[in-house]
Amino acid sequence: MTTRKITPGSVLLYATLVVLALFFLMPAYMAAVTALKMPADISLPTAWEWPDVVNWASFSEAIGLLRPNFINSIILTLCATAGSTILGSLNGYVFSKWKFKGSDVVFTLFLFGMFIPYQVILIPLFQTLRSMHLYGGLPGLILAHIVYGLPITSLIFRNFYAQIPTALIESARLDGAGFFSIYLRIVFPLSIPGFVVTSLWQFTQIWNEFLWGICLTRHADNPITVGLAQLAGGQAVSWNLPMAGSIMAAMPVLAIYIFLGRYFIRGLLAGSVKE
Amino acid sequence: MREASRDKLKAFLTLLPSMILIGVFVYGFIGNTIWTSMTDWGGMGALALEPEKNFIGLENYIDLFTGFLGGGFRQDLVNAVYYSVLLLAGAVGLGMFIAILLDQKPRGEDVLRTIFLYPMSLSFIVSGTIWRWLLAPQGGVNVLPTYFGFKPLTFSWLSSQSATLVFNWQDLLRILIYIAAFVLILVGLFLLRKDQGRAIKRWLVPGILLGAFVWLFGGIIPDALFMEEEHGFNLATLGIIMATIWQYSGYTMALYLAGFNGISQDLRDAAMLDGASQFGYYRFVAIPMLKPITISAVIILSHISLKMFDLIFAMTGPDNAETGHPALTMYLTTFRANDFARGAAIAIVLFLIAAMFIVPYLVGQYRQRGRR
Repeated sequence: MTTRKITPGSVLLYATLVVLALFFLMPAYMAAVTALKMPADISLPTAWEWPDVVNWASFSEAIGLLRPNFINSIILTLCATAGSTILGSLNGYVFSKWKFKGSDVVFTLFLFGMFIPYQVILIPLFQTLRSMHLYGGLPGLILAHIVYGLPITSLIFRNFYAQIPTALIESARLDGAGFFSIYLRIVFPLSIPGFVVTSLWQFTQIWNEFLWGICLTRHADNPITVGLAQLAGGQAVSWNLPMAGSIMAAMPVLAIYIFLGRYFIRGLLAGSVKE
Repeated sequence: MREASRDKLKAFLTLLPSMILIGVFVYGFIGNTIWTSMTDWGGMGALALEPEKNFIGLENYIDLFTGFLGGGFRQDLVNAVYYSVLLLAGAVGLGMFIAILLDQKPRGEDVLRTIFLYPMSLSFIVSGTIWRWLLAPQGGVNVLPTYFGFKPLTFSWLSSQSATLVFNWQDLLRILIYIAAFVLILVGLFLLRKDQGRAIKRWLVPGILLGAFVWLFGGIIPDALFMEEEHGFNLATLGIIMATIWQYSGYTMALYLAGFNGISQDLRDAAMLDGASQFGYYRFVAIPMLKPITISAVIILSHISLKMFDLIFAMTGPDNAETGHPALTMYLTTFRANDFARGAAIAIVLFLIAAMFIVPYLVGQYRQRGRR
């Protein structure tokens, strides 16, 4: 297959791929073009045309408006990602190497938490946080993300640790290593790729989350998705601002996706419960 | 030996905090929501620290499904069903199609894969904002044909009032039984070649009998509602479905691509030697082999479509009844109208539908783990 000939089949293949690629890139192009236009130049019939004058001011304006939300999201995402991956790693270690009677049932019960529509826990979550005096601020939101992140992080780490040969653990035990020293000396050093995959997955999920952000935080502590929804929700706003805001809100995860795509995809596949 | 049992205890204690957290935050909360859905918690004092709640049984559910004011919810539910089915068909179909194209190893495969998958990394709020602009009535997608010398489209993507496939909610029970009969017959036909006797006895005959029964004596089945109420597939939801397919078909593509790559080259060569065409290879070898992947994709997409809230919120805002979805209505009922009990009932309906897919799937996975 090293020499490629032009056949009707290959022409059809490439033509289809190009059309599909254009369809997938269309929203990105539209967002960029609209964000770069002068507000006065934005009109529906000419929405697709490249601006005559490139105007970067929308970005600085969007940054000005969304900066507090951006900072909230960074704090939220870093804390909740760290918390849920560390706990998930310990859980995965137990689920894969220290199975006890019934641990598989517990694991399945954990996984169920991943698939529930979150609306079903929203009301008691709201009430519980309120009675814990955590409602409205970032700590409550961080707690929610850590707890509901546990199923997926435990799953990814469990599958990751399943690849570490049990013989390695057994021989360490014969040498007198205990539960925690095996984790710290053998399992943890081997799990850096697992941590990368899981943290990227959690970072993306938490950064993109909206439902809890809007239900559980007050205005000052809104994450970026809520800030963007408010920016875009007003009818009077011209479209350059929401588009610039969208690009800004998408940047951190897009950067992860473009530069660390391999790990991103591994997280994606690990999240599909395929074992 | 004592050392080993102490280690086992440590392992259990390590897991314990997470078990308690999941126990309370998942199972305890689900129980709490079920209880809330059977109360009358709502109205003026709903946000008080000690709100008044009285047990009223299944009244909220009866009201949602047959009550006078539940019409909006019933339309949302119908929307959710069409939405899920079309999203599944679209995202699995398109994802599989792209995966097959990329499996031909075209030049620039890496770049193309990146392009097809990037929507998956975006937030629904981001993609919803952009798609709302793309689907604006006199702009975006609608003016695209003018660049090729055609007239612009006039379809009102997110605000259309028309509906197709309309049915009367009064006939709901009859329709559900017809669907059950149809599924039975379908499964029966599917199994016919494998185990003829069982297929006929267990599936085909009951299916045909059930269908004939409703057809002949449908009149004795009670109406679900005392008045006529029409529901159908709202064309306004097409834009939302398109945006979701755009966002998620890259994901199914990645799943299938990983699956295709996992099939050994030998198997492929063997199929080709046996005279299979490219089409035949995928139809009879590759795709049947990837059945577990298809099942995973269906489970994941269906639970995503059931909790779909952000995208609809960003695309049509909270006020567009045509594109309503129970997940969005639940939020509006609970946190905008402070009607907590009714919101809880909607949440439980969503939960029960989701559980129908998820519980069998997780039990199957559990059994598989036990076998190894």
